[in-house]
Order: sequence, then C-alpha cells, then structure tokens
Amino acid sequence: MAGDKVDPTHQFMINKIFSIEFGGIDFSFTNASLFMVATVVVAAGFLYFTTSKRSLVPGRMQSVSEISYEFIASMLREGAGSHGMKFFPMVFSLFMFILTANMLGMIPYFFTITSQIIVTFALALFVIGTVLVYGFYKHGLGFLNVFVPSGVPGILLPLVISIEIISFLSRPISLSVRLFANMLAGHITLKVFAGFVASLGTLGALGIGGAVLPLIMTVALTGLEFLVAFLQAYVFAVLTCMYLNDAVHPGGH
Amino acid sequence: MFVTSAYAQSTTTEGAETHDAAAGEVHTETGVAHEGGHGSGVFPPFDTSTFASQLLWLAITFGLFYLLMSKVVMPRIAGILETRGDTIARDLDDAARSKAEADAAIAAYEQELAAAKAKGNAIASTAREAAKAKATADRTAVEVSLNNKISAAEARIADIKTKALADVGAIAEETATAVVEQLIGGKVSKAEIASAVKASAK
Repeated sequence: MAGDKVDPTHQFMINKIFSIEFGGIDFSFTNASLFMVATVVVAAGFLYFTTSKRSLVPGRMQSVSEISYEFIASMLREGAGSHGMKFFPMVFSLFMFILTANMLGMIPYFFTITSQIIVTFALALFVIGTVLVYGFYKHGLGFLNVFVPSGVPGILLPLVISIEIISFLSRPISLSVRLFANMLAGHITLKVFAGFVASLGTLGALGIGGAVLPLIMTVALTGLEFLVAFLQAYVFAVLTCMYLNDAVHPGGH
Repeated sequence: MFVTSAYAQSTTTEGAETHDAAAGEVHTETGVAHEGGHGSGVFPPFDTSTFASQLLWLAITFGLFYLLMSKVVMPRIAGILETRGDTIARDLDDAARSKAEADAAIAAYEQELAAAKAKGNAIASTAREAAKAKATADRTAVEVSLNNKISAAEARIADIKTKALADVGAIAEETATAVVEQLIGGKVSKAEIASAVKASAK
C-alpha cells in the first residue's frame, strides 16, 4: 500500500489501455497515447474554439490564442528571419504541443508525455531532420557552410569544423534530454516531497508538525514546475528557431 | 535528511512490509531501478518495449495536431489579425481624413470670419466716412447759410447805418434850425445851417 503511494517513478509507468500489435511489434494504445490524444484535443480545441467568434476586439481567451500566435511568430522572425516564416506552423505546433503536454502533466494523476525520452527525442529528431532536409534541399552542398564559421584562420579550421560537427550532432541529444530531464526530475522531486507529507502525516502530532516543511516545499515546487513547464516549451521553441536559422542561412554565423 | 531518517525510524515500528517500501523509495531517489512489482522493473522512460507504441501514437497525434494548426487554426488567427490590422488602418485613415476635414472647416471658418471682419470694418469705415462727409457737408451748408445771413445782416446794418447817418444830418439840420429860431428868433438859411452842421460833425 505505502509502496505504491511513495514510489516516485510509478507516475511514469506506461500501461496498456488496449492492445494493438502489428508484425510482432507492440503498438498498444497506452496511457501515454491517451494523453497525447488529450494534448491534441485540449490544445487544438482551445485554439479552435477561442478563435471561433473571430471577434474584432478579442475576449480574454481569444487574446490568449492570439498572443501565443504572435509570440511564436516574433520568436521565429527574430530567430530565423522572414525566410524562416515558412516553418511557422511547425514551430507553433511544437510549442503548443509541448506546452500543453507539460501543463497537462502538472495535473495530479495525469501522465506527462514529455517525461518520456523517446517522445522528446522524436520531436528533437523531427526538428533536426527538418533542418537537414531543408538545408540540403535548398542549398545543396552549400549547407555544409554551416560547419565553417567565417573569419577563422586557416590553421584552426580543421579543429573548428570538427567542433562544429560535434556540436551539431549533439543538438538532438541536448534538445531532447533537456526537456525530458527537466520534466522527469521535476515530477520526481514533487512526488518525493509530496510523499513525505503523506507519510509523515500518518505518524501522529509530531509527524503532522514535521510534514509542514515538505508541504511548503511541495507548494513552492509546484509553482516552480509550472514555470519550468512553460520555460521548457519556450526553450524548445527558441532552439528550434535557432536551428532552423542554420537551415535558412547556412554560414550566417 | 532529518525527514528521511525520521521516516525510516518510525516505519521500523510498523513492520517489515512498510520498511521494504521505505527502502524501495530511498533507492529510487538515488535513481536506481527497483523491483517494485511494476512489470519489467526497468525505469519506465527507458523501457524500450514501449518505444514503438509511443512513436506511432506520437506520429499520429502530432501529425494530426500539425495539420489542424497549419490548415485550420493558424489561417484563422492570421485572418483575425489581418482583419484587425486592416480595420485599424482604415479607422486611422478615416480619423486622418476627418481631421483634415475638420482642419479645412476650421480654416474656412477662420477665413470667413476674417472676411466678415474685413467686411464689417469696411461697412463701419464707409458709414463713418459717409457720416463724416455728411457732417462736413452739413457744417459747410450751415456755415454758408450763416455767412449769407451774416453778410445779409451786415449789408442791412451798413444800409441802416448809412441811412441813419443820413438821417442824423437831416435831424441835426432840423434841430439846428429849430434851436437857432428859438434862440435868435430869426430865420437862418438852409445852406448856412447845413454847412454849420457839417463843420460840427467833423
């Protein structure tokens, strides 16, 4: 009984809701799948229904949708220039999807899909893959200029180019691990402190007195986690813009 | 670690089962996977058996989300913002035009006001001039008539004076004749009297 309550990794367990299997591979609809669907429904539903009136003077909810739109638009324009605006739907979708997933994960008993490394890694690969495909499609081999910073003396070039390649290759890893680790660590910390509250609360007067400290921590961490949930979605979107800038303007740094 | 040790200490009094749970909790805190009766026992995010399902459903859901965003939501928001931008621009234009009209109206009003003032001044000065001219004419006429009267009066006075002076001679002669008759009782010729009067009148 107590084991289930205080196990901080239990929240990341993936449980099958109904089984689907193709060619021996397990494609079951799980609680993770359910919350992916929920994320799409919540995010798309919010954006769809708050803008359905198309008011000239926006209400609060329509303002939220418009502000999100303009926020990402200005972020992308600053990050990748006006040529980068063709990736606006992609960056906007990524930001809204990750933000909604993170925020849904803050609700107790809800599953946090961004705490699964495979999800964040897939999203990061999607970004890097877009950068590579678009970069080579648009600039051909000129895209390789992205590894050659301008104004570097000839002797240092091999060193600098190898550093640039390593940093480029580490991008999908850092992009995915940053989001994954932040969500995972935050939720584990919250669970541990909340677990202390519950455990100490069962131990009589002294325990209840002692439980106040982890309770304060839990409340404070919850606030922090909401900040992190937004911040990580923002960071993911900003880095996506920066990487897309490389695809649009290789050799522009 | 005060809390943890207190927890561990107190759980020993509740029997071995909860103690195991506490130990399990401490293990996971340090990141070590535990055999907590949750299936495979691998730390869930690193459980590769779930990857295929997650990738598939992520592709389906995110792909759907991307389509919804790029085909429905974003064109709609772009439309809203564009309409608003157009409306604001149009309103600003209207406001600018209204301001120009108001400025023109003010300018016209001021022009008319200035014209009216000028006209008023002109009328006033004309009236003043006319009044002045009339006054001058009247005065001249009065002066002329006065002068006429004066000269007529002067003429009459001179006339009367001449007549009177003439009468004075006659009266003096008559009087002298009467006086002389009374005094000396004789007749004196008219010529003597007249010369005597003339001599005394000098």
